[in-house]
Amino acid sequence: MIWFIIKRLMQTVPVIIGVTIVVFVIMQLVPGDPAVLLAGEGATKETIEALREQLGLHQPLYVQYFDYVSNLLRGDMGFSLKNNQPVLQEIMTRLPITLELAIFSTLITIVLGMLAGIISAIRPYSILDTVVMVVALLGISLPSFWFGLMLMYSFSVKLHIFPVAGWDSMLHVVLPAFTLGAGGAAIVARMTRSSMLEVIRQDYIRTARAKGVKERVIIYKHALRNALIPVITVVGLQFGALLGGTVLVESIFAINGLGRMIVDAIRMRDLPVVQGGVLVASLVFVVVNLIVDILYRLFNKRIELN
Amino acid sequence: MSKEVILEVKNLQTHFTTKRGTSKAVDGIDFTLHKGETLGIVGESGCGKSITSLSILRLIPSPPGKIAGGEVLFKGRNLVELPESEMRKLRGNEISMIFQEPMTSLNPVLPVGEQIAEAIRLHQKLNKKEAAKKAVEMLRLVGIPSPEKRAKQEPFQLSGGMRQRVMIAMALSCNPEVLIADEPTTALDVTIQAQILRLMKELQERLGMGVILITHDLGVVAETCDKVAVMYAGNIVEHATTETLFETPLHPYTQGLLASLPKIDEDQEELYTIEGNVPSAFNMPSGCRFASRCPLATNLCREYKPELIEHESGSKVRCWVYSNKWQEQEVVV
Repeated sequence: MIWFIIKRLMQTVPVIIGVTIVVFVIMQLVPGDPAVLLAGEGATKETIEALREQLGLHQPLYVQYFDYVSNLLRGDMGFSLKNNQPVLQEIMTRLPITLELAIFSTLITIVLGMLAGIISAIRPYSILDTVVMVVALLGISLPSFWFGLMLMYSFSVKLHIFPVAGWDSMLHVVLPAFTLGAGGAAIVARMTRSSMLEVIRQDYIRTARAKGVKERVIIYKHALRNALIPVITVVGLQFGALLGGTVLVESIFAINGLGRMIVDAIRMRDLPVVQGGVLVASLVFVVVNLIVDILYRLFNKRIELN
Repeated sequence: MSKEVILEVKNLQTHFTTKRGTSKAVDGIDFTLHKGETLGIVGESGCGKSITSLSILRLIPSPPGKIAGGEVLFKGRNLVELPESEMRKLRGNEISMIFQEPMTSLNPVLPVGEQIAEAIRLHQKLNKKEAAKKAVEMLRLVGIPSPEKRAKQEPFQLSGGMRQRVMIAMALSCNPEVLIADEPTTALDVTIQAQILRLMKELQERLGMGVILITHDLGVVAETCDKVAVMYAGNIVEHATTETLFETPLHPYTQGLLASLPKIDEDQEELYTIEGNVPSAFNMPSGCRFASRCPLATNLCREYKPELIEHESGSKVRCWVYSNKWQEQEVVV
């Protein structure tokens, strides 16, 4: 197991290098000259030229890239063009908020999705199953910006149960997390259902019955553990989609997270912030994938890395 | 051999209801099993032998399957009418089962020791540690080397023969009185087959249980069984002691089966085959179910279904040839 984790960790190194290259190249492709942007309107040619010299923009691309990476390794992501604050500092205040939102959403995705899937699978083609699956289909189909606004309207504006927006208490977490997690929960529910139905037909389930095991134990001990293997993959992928989703949800609920930071930075053409934000989001995704693979191996010891 | 009856199946009927209609997979089966005896049930794929065994333990997937009638008497109790909770206490404890596919019959994500211990903990008042110890003992009993180590392994780390031994260990862990083995050696290669059969025989003699061995392999029957029931299309067509069956097979189907075996002392270009196909389970003929393939069939066979009748050799056979009506008919013809 330890070897598995070490090997898997080694595999993330080329991925991370790849991510830095992609982020760097994308920023080169963005139209507009950073020096012109930085110098502001009405700057003289000399000023721009001096800035260009200062930023190292005269250097060949690969030199610029190595400068970029070595700065990264020292924890330097540059400064925001908007307020001259270090980008890393900005990200560090925002990342925990987004992570919190993402983790609660994932919890909703997992708990709600799996419960619904199991309920459906126990009595397939029953009325309960049909209702759960129709709700799940709605969950997949509803766009989160609309769903978030509807939740806000009903539970905050009309019923006054949850605060409308912001990020101060646990109560603030509920609606955004639900908005973000609902789609994933629906996908996980459908996945759990089909996976359970597949597993329940297997010979080893019949063996368990022939041993005299109770139906409840068969579901939770024998079937679920096997059925979860594909579900874990889906949850991992959902987490990636979720990070993208935070951009919308943070905007709707006025949460100062990473997603909103990136959107604001794009709007202001604050390139260093965009670059840093995208890089950090990608790294989070790499880490999540790592965790998913380790979990996968825990559930299924047959997996080996070559 | 003691003559105490432990299991008696009377007119067992198991039906499957599907969109295409009702399939009478098992249509009125009778047999008895005595203590310490091995009963072979033979027949080709789809003749209902596996369904019969699953019906005894009420493991038929329902829906679409349903035990539509008959009795399964185990120590005086009718299992067909037993509440599910009582049935669970019996499964894996007093009656246990080994399945055909050792590769898929064990849970892939649980250590095999734990899977054996699960049955022990369910039926015997043992704690987790004692059950784990008993599981290791069972692995040793079925001849698995270094059982302590193996108990902690998962099925994918074991070979097919090894897994079948684990299945046997699991089935025998609570000292059942009846063991149902559904093609226990079909998926294994020939040398492993012999080992597994010898192991089952040994354990049967030691533990004194009754065994129902389901197979399509007449060689296995000849080697291990005391009695044989030959099934065809959901019915028993012949029921005899193994010796009698091989010496004087009565039913044309049994005769055909035996004739189609390759013979060691003859140089055969082609093996004998029984012409035709088994009738569809959804559309059984009203007469004898073998009539369409039987070289002896007459109108009597095609129109009326024969009963299982006793023959002078002591065998029971479901064929008009051995009834009084056969002679009468020939006079008419």
